Amino acid sequence: MNAPAYNFAYLDEQTKRMIRRAILKAIAIPGYQVPFASREMPMPYGWGTGGVQVTAAILGPQDVLKVIDQGSDDTTNAISIRKFFAKTAGVATTTATDEATVIQTRHRIPETALNENQVLVYQVPIPEPLRFLEPRETETRRMHALAEYGLMHVKLYEDIARFGHIATAYAYPVKVNARYVMDPSPTPKFDNPKMDNCPALQLFGAGREKRIYAIPPYTKVVSLDFEDHPFEPYRFNAPCALCGAENSYLDEIVTDDKGGRMFVCSDTDYCEGRQAAGHHGSLSAAPYKEKAREASNG
Amino acid sequence: MADHDMLDNDEPLLVATSLSKSFGRIAACRDVSFALYPGEVLAIVGESGSGKSTLLQMLSGQLAPSAGHVSYRMRDGVTRDLTTLGEAERRFLFRTDWGFVHQDPAQGLRMAVSAGANVGERLMAVGWNHYGRIRDTASDWLARVEIDVARIDDAPRTYSGGMRQRLQIARNLVTEPRLVFMDEPTGGLDVSVQARLLDLLRSLVAELHLAVIIVTHDLAVARLLSHRVMVMKGGRVIETGLTDQVLDDPREPYTQLLVSSILPP
Repeated sequence: MNAPAYNFAYLDEQTKRMIRRAILKAIAIPGYQVPFASREMPMPYGWGTGGVQVTAAILGPQDVLKVIDQGSDDTTNAISIRKFFAKTAGVATTTATDEATVIQTRHRIPETALNENQVLVYQVPIPEPLRFLEPRETETRRMHALAEYGLMHVKLYEDIARFGHIATAYAYPVKVNARYVMDPSPTPKFDNPKMDNCPALQLFGAGREKRIYAIPPYTKVVSLDFEDHPFEPYRFNAPCALCGAENSYLDEIVTDDKGGRMFVCSDTDYCEGRQAAGHHGSLSAAPYKEKAREASNG
Repeated sequence: MADHDMLDNDEPLLVATSLSKSFGRIAACRDVSFALYPGEVLAIVGESGSGKSTLLQMLSGQLAPSAGHVSYRMRDGVTRDLTTLGEAERRFLFRTDWGFVHQDPAQGLRMAVSAGANVGERLMAVGWNHYGRIRDTASDWLARVEIDVARIDDAPRTYSGGMRQRLQIARNLVTEPRLVFMDEPTGGLDVSVQARLLDLLRSLVAELHLAVIIVTHDLAVARLLSHRVMVMKGGRVIETGLTDQVLDDPREPYTQLLVSSILPP
């Protein structure tokens, strides 16, 4: 009775084969949403059931897994999924971007540049970029098939008419390989340029909506825009308060009820790496504490 | 309209040949044939259930006929059978060279997006990629259909019925189509608004040299707008001719009944 309670990486082999077939098709048609028979996972929809199934299907015993949630390695969602695969697959896990071979992510692309040996797996809540403008699935499929994407620009037009600029800040639509318009999952538009010509394979899994899509390595990914309102990645105009980084995506953290706030890197691994390398921001407290202790000792 | 003049106006724009459509045992439309020339306005009149709307749907390629065919002279001068067009070609035709004005503007408009985007959608669909130019064209068209340009950023759900209908017309005409289908465009509007809309339609049709196929049960609309009238009853065309000829001197008993049912002015 030593049979394991689970197959390697939780899903049975037939299911993994089914998901791998969908992934292969998705890679063959960049940006196209491939339907797949999404399984129930031991977590609620919206927590990454699509991403987890993709990860389970591609994970091998030698892989090193990193899971991030909004850039962070230490939130509930990230820790739970990391533990899930540590338990069901026994794979090594890490928080360091450059050590990982498979990175499952919710809503961010790591700041550290990815390489050819890595796969980035996105958790996708709503894979259809046209959904909020055209509620009929039959119609959106036809629009994709005929590459009728005028409607996508209607959304951007509305943004400019209402706010004076393209106010879409996340889930910013992209055109993949000059063919399919794709929702890059709710990543901030700051990350959109990182998808273009990326050496790593990018896979997108939507569990509830039962869709898988992909961007193969070194594929052209263009953010949609107008000639007179070009695409601009957005970033808070401040350095990271902990590591002083000037070019990373920042989270805004409210620190009191008097309007106090700090901006810190959303990518925790990147921020910690920079701090360990001696970079400091205006609010990184650690050095002062160390100095104070040394003073009292001496 | 330079490109309209280049094409030979002596050739018909759209030809229907023996069009029939039956739904099971019900023959909705039987053996309808006619030719429509560039710049010509054809009214299809008849009571409800006479097959007008079925015919309009077949003519606009939305419904496949049970028998017969429709051919259309494309912008490049080549006449094509609509049933042999691929879906992509048909949809492209629909948003460039054709217009379709629905009776209910909510069917033809996107009620939740602004008027400017409603007018601009067709332009963006054919690849316009300059916000300023799209907006200028949209405000230009709003002015042409007598909508206050200051309301360009309001959604049509905040518009009155008459304004919605005028917006729908602007949305259809922005790509300078050569043929517009209209299904009861004045239905559900009060009389003074109807009169204003008809006035506007008449001047736009003349100005843009539009060919129009208009389905209506209102003979006054047919009289004001159309050059020719087709009277339908029970799926058949029972009488056809010049508008004043048919309406002033109806030949068929049914047409006589139809004409006499209008109150004298």
